[in-house]
Amino acid sequence: MAGTVLDTAPTAHPSTAGTSKQHPKAQPMFGRKRMARGLWWLAPAIAVLIAFVYWPLLQNFAFSMMQWDIYSGRSEFVGLENFGKLAKDPVFYTALGNNFLYALVSLVFQVAGALSLAVLIESRRSEKLRRCLRALYFIPSAISLTVSGLLFYFIYEPQLGMLNHLLTAVNLGQLAQPWLGQESTAMMGIIMMSQWQGFGYSTLLFAVAIQRIPRELFEAAELDGIGPIRQFFHITVPLVREMTGLMVIVTISGAFQVFNEVMVMTSGGPNNSTQVLGTWLYENGFSRNDFGYAAAIATVIFLLTLAIGLLQMWYTKKRRVQW
Amino acid sequence: MVTRTQIISTISKTFVFAFLLGLAVIVAYPLLWMLMNGFKTNAELFADPFALPQQFTWQNYANAWNRGVSNYVTTSVLVTVTSTISTVLISAWAAYGLTRVKIPFSKFWMGFILGGLMLAPTVALVPLVKLMQSLGLYNTFWALLILYTAFRIPFTTFLIRAYMIDLPFEIDEAAEMDGASRWRTFWHIILPMCTPILVSTVLLHVLFAWNEYLFAMVFTSGSGIEPLPVGLTSLLSKHGTDYPVVFAGMAIAAIPVLILFFASQRYFIKGLSEGVGK
Repeated sequence: MAGTVLDTAPTAHPSTAGTSKQHPKAQPMFGRKRMARGLWWLAPAIAVLIAFVYWPLLQNFAFSMMQWDIYSGRSEFVGLENFGKLAKDPVFYTALGNNFLYALVSLVFQVAGALSLAVLIESRRSEKLRRCLRALYFIPSAISLTVSGLLFYFIYEPQLGMLNHLLTAVNLGQLAQPWLGQESTAMMGIIMMSQWQGFGYSTLLFAVAIQRIPRELFEAAELDGIGPIRQFFHITVPLVREMTGLMVIVTISGAFQVFNEVMVMTSGGPNNSTQVLGTWLYENGFSRNDFGYAAAIATVIFLLTLAIGLLQMWYTKKRRVQW
Repeated sequence: MVTRTQIISTISKTFVFAFLLGLAVIVAYPLLWMLMNGFKTNAELFADPFALPQQFTWQNYANAWNRGVSNYVTTSVLVTVTSTISTVLISAWAAYGLTRVKIPFSKFWMGFILGGLMLAPTVALVPLVKLMQSLGLYNTFWALLILYTAFRIPFTTFLIRAYMIDLPFEIDEAAEMDGASRWRTFWHIILPMCTPILVSTVLLHVLFAWNEYLFAMVFTSGSGIEPLPVGLTSLLSKHGTDYPVVFAGMAIAAIPVLILFFASQRYFIKGLSEGVGK
């Protein structure tokens, strides 16, 4: 069954296994032609991926070593100059730091928080309530980040914003402030919007993982007088480990690709305090037309996401072996 | 007799319930606020952001619709429908080729297609702009159609492949014995059997295409064919002080996907929970 998938190309030697069982001599030529025809099934996908994913990716490496003249549109090879510039760019470090902060806060809310929340939801007796809560919490993940970004732009807005009015209403008026308008709170404001938007998604996935744990384990623990907190650490956490690992990787990977919400809410301001790698790339490439520099930032994003992707592959493989 | 543990248990259960309810309010209230503000006048909004509108007026929705949202919706619908068809079709073909047809170097091709999962769209952005410019596709609908397809093929193929690989191979053998061609087997036998996963992938792609922002902004800004997410931000910058209209536009963008989500939750959850293991 798996043979069809895993079989690689037949070698030229007829003695090598893998071509055909019935006619080891006559088959190779015919078989290979026939097999090559099978490639037509993949041809559209491969063609599109080469032209619009892999080729631009390779070009990006070349671009990152070039310098464009904005006026003539000509480019010249400058080696690693763009990366040297990057190493001395304070905004690049702000952006990198913000991406890390994003990852860190998201790990707390979307992994630790979501797992605990999923446990609380699944502990309710009524199936109707459980389903209702899971769906409700998921709603922000279904709507566009542009919509939720704009929504929180208004919530944080000093005059008509809900947050300041709410603080005033509960006698905490002195805490009211222009949340996105000052460097000290802007980044955290965006990150918290992102948590609001995304926690339901990971909660839903953790809930699915928890549902797969055999009920008997909890019932047995109950009979032994083991409390809910110990059940959490000794049954739930170890048994959803697989999902936790995946969510950690997905969350970190997502944190380094943040773009939409920052662009909508602050465009990187005030004073570049909310720049992330994605928006800094955009500003250099498309506001300042410094394509080479933007490509260098893109290369950094590529290396970071590649490292995370390889980690994920390694993790998935490890999991397969365990099964 | 009520024991101490029972009391503690009741208290903690009440706390948990209150917490879950509070969280539900935190999620739902901003959304309701958004919907409500779409019905207010600007003066009402600034006077008291929490108050209910004096009278429910559809005027803001009409204004938003006439100030460009109708165009944004048209583009969004068009891009979503066409890119969903192209992505799911191409991915289903690829999944079929990878699972049920003997092809040379199949392991390599699988890595090649699924490897695209690791690539962030931002990384290819600068070369893609140059490429689209040289192809004359910059600021056209085609740029979005192509990119939404290209960048979603790996994920969609992954999902369909995982499903197809579990279908028994006796089906193909029986079809071949009956003289059915590969093409016929694919369309009339295998594809219909994959309906559940196809529904999931269609839904996930619709969600993606409807909400996508990066490519939409870079490739259509100011072109007159912006899809909704980009159109909304320009609605804000153009009619900056008329906030209720912007709220109405946001609601118009959010409501279709919410309806879709609630109508097909089961498939969504299935697609999501299988997709996370990508």
